[in-house]
Amino acid sequence: MTRLVTERVAVTLERARVVDGVSLALEPGEWVGLIGPNGAGKTTLLRAVAGLVPYEGSIALAGHEVAFLGRRELARRTAVVPQIPVIPPDMSVLEYVVLGRTPHLGYAGAPGRRDADAARAALGALDALHLVDRRLGSLSGGERQRAVLARAVAQDASLLLLDEPTSALDVGGQQQVLELVASLRAERDLTVLSAMHDLTLAGQYADRLVLLDGGREVASGVPDDVLTEELITRHYGASVRVVSGEDGPTVLPLRPRVDARRPVS
Amino acid sequence: MLGARGLRARLPARPAAALPGITVAWALAAGAFVVLATLLGLALGPVGFGAGRVAREVLSHVPFLGVDSPFTQTEDAILWDLRAPRVALGLLVGAMLASAGAAYQGVFRNPLADPYLLGAAAGAGLGATLVIVYDIGDPVGIDLRPVAAFAGAIGGVGIAYALGRSLGGVRTTATLILAGVTVTCFLTAVQTFVQQRNTETVQEVYSWILGRLETSGWQDVLIALPYAALSAAVLLWHRRLLDVLAVGDEEASSLGVPVARVRLLVVAAATLATATAVAFSGLIAFVGIIVPHAVRLLAGTSYRIVLPLSLAVGAGFLVLTDLICRTAIAPAELPIGVVTAFLGAPFFAVVLRTTRTVGP
Repeated sequence: MTRLVTERVAVTLERARVVDGVSLALEPGEWVGLIGPNGAGKTTLLRAVAGLVPYEGSIALAGHEVAFLGRRELARRTAVVPQIPVIPPDMSVLEYVVLGRTPHLGYAGAPGRRDADAARAALGALDALHLVDRRLGSLSGGERQRAVLARAVAQDASLLLLDEPTSALDVGGQQQVLELVASLRAERDLTVLSAMHDLTLAGQYADRLVLLDGGREVASGVPDDVLTEELITRHYGASVRVVSGEDGPTVLPLRPRVDARRPVS
Repeated sequence: MLGARGLRARLPARPAAALPGITVAWALAAGAFVVLATLLGLALGPVGFGAGRVAREVLSHVPFLGVDSPFTQTEDAILWDLRAPRVALGLLVGAMLASAGAAYQGVFRNPLADPYLLGAAAGAGLGATLVIVYDIGDPVGIDLRPVAAFAGAIGGVGIAYALGRSLGGVRTTATLILAGVTVTCFLTAVQTFVQQRNTETVQEVYSWILGRLETSGWQDVLIALPYAALSAAVLLWHRRLLDVLAVGDEEASSLGVPVARVRLLVVAAATLATATAVAFSGLIAFVGIIVPHAVRLLAGTSYRIVLPLSLAVGAGFLVLTDLICRTAIAPAELPIGVVTAFLGAPFFAVVLRTTRTVGP
């Protein structure tokens, strides 16, 4: 269980201010979804929280500033599922998931039986134990995503950062992966911060949504407050209808008409 | 199947998949290969001894076994003063080149990386060429070629690393490789210029570049040994971290690995090994590529397997190659770099055809 607090976080990449003063507070066990158009700064904010890019402002993980935590210490607290993971095709699923144990080993330490057991437990938690002997190169997109998630679970971190975890999957695969994240979160008391493209799914699974545009937070709150036709039209330049349902708002894209287009500024 | 359930219930009863590591069978096979290659290397040559007699002779030097030496004094001198140092140097150079190649392939996530990728060959070539062409050291009776080649190899890689770093390339392997290509081109240009201006030494330079395993006795082996031991220790120490680097710099970093430091240490150790090998044996092509790839195809792709097995197989392979060099057209010798490339190129073509993926 980890509390994550960011204060006026800014990231400058090649002179462009990609993230510009974002302040978030995630309570332990909370799932917050980052939404926003392409280039809004979602991925960069996640990378800053993971300690992978230098930032200004403050990012505190259970009271510890991320920039001052050692690489290994940070990796024990934060697990990252990247948008496009690097998949070494000849590696077995077990070997790959065991890589998640790296921050728990010494500099040159070798994984042992306990690490292999942790990896199997992680695969089990993702209903993917049958994949344990397969080569990564032989997996389908959905199976591969489970292996990547299992690696993050094996890392035994309390904060899970997901960057578009479902972007490569069909609708069934998307639901399965997000259900797995939801159940893992409940089982293991994970705090989850995820960047998501699919607004309906984001609203169904996250407790709160934060809408970023141009590196700034432009709206945040429960899905019903953020997923409004007005906000989506303004920040995505999209023409949508939002329908309320029992699982939260459903965002339906509409064929744009001239009067519904984003005003040219 | 969705939803949370107890983890324990889902653990299978079937035997658990094993983590990668060298199996006993492969360790024994590699050990046997090295012993066999060493015995053949000692036994065969202009004066043939027979592997059985060599084995008895070697065992006679082990105390408390009570084995008598079957050798005459001359045979003893040929074996221990001429052939054994050459075999020992072959073992060291082969082990260093193969492990350095495996390490470069891991650290650059590039199956085509070889120990000369970052300019070690061009630097060594320039160093040796300068010494040969300008007769440096010769008047005072010192062979400075090994020293110059060693310094050139380290210098070449050092310049490439500094250049890559100044371009912000320590975090991305592509920049570092391009820096290596740049340095290689430049140093090769200088070397070619110097060589063309002094055509009377072309043959000597050329024969150095093709590689050879001639030794002046045990002294070379003793000089090479600490470098070989140090680089092997550092590379083996990092073998699991090389597996982690397979998921790329950013993900390895998010798994807690200090990527830039690991890369610097591995490149430094592999460069030390390469420079030492180059200093004593010239440029021997392909060993750094074919041996690690053969190991990958046969025993597994994890660096926990590839690095130690490459050390052993590389050692045995070079001794056998050298055996071909000194027996094929005896009493003349083939340059060893020609033989490794002659065997290596077709083998490499087979590797390319049979491996499923090429590239990181």
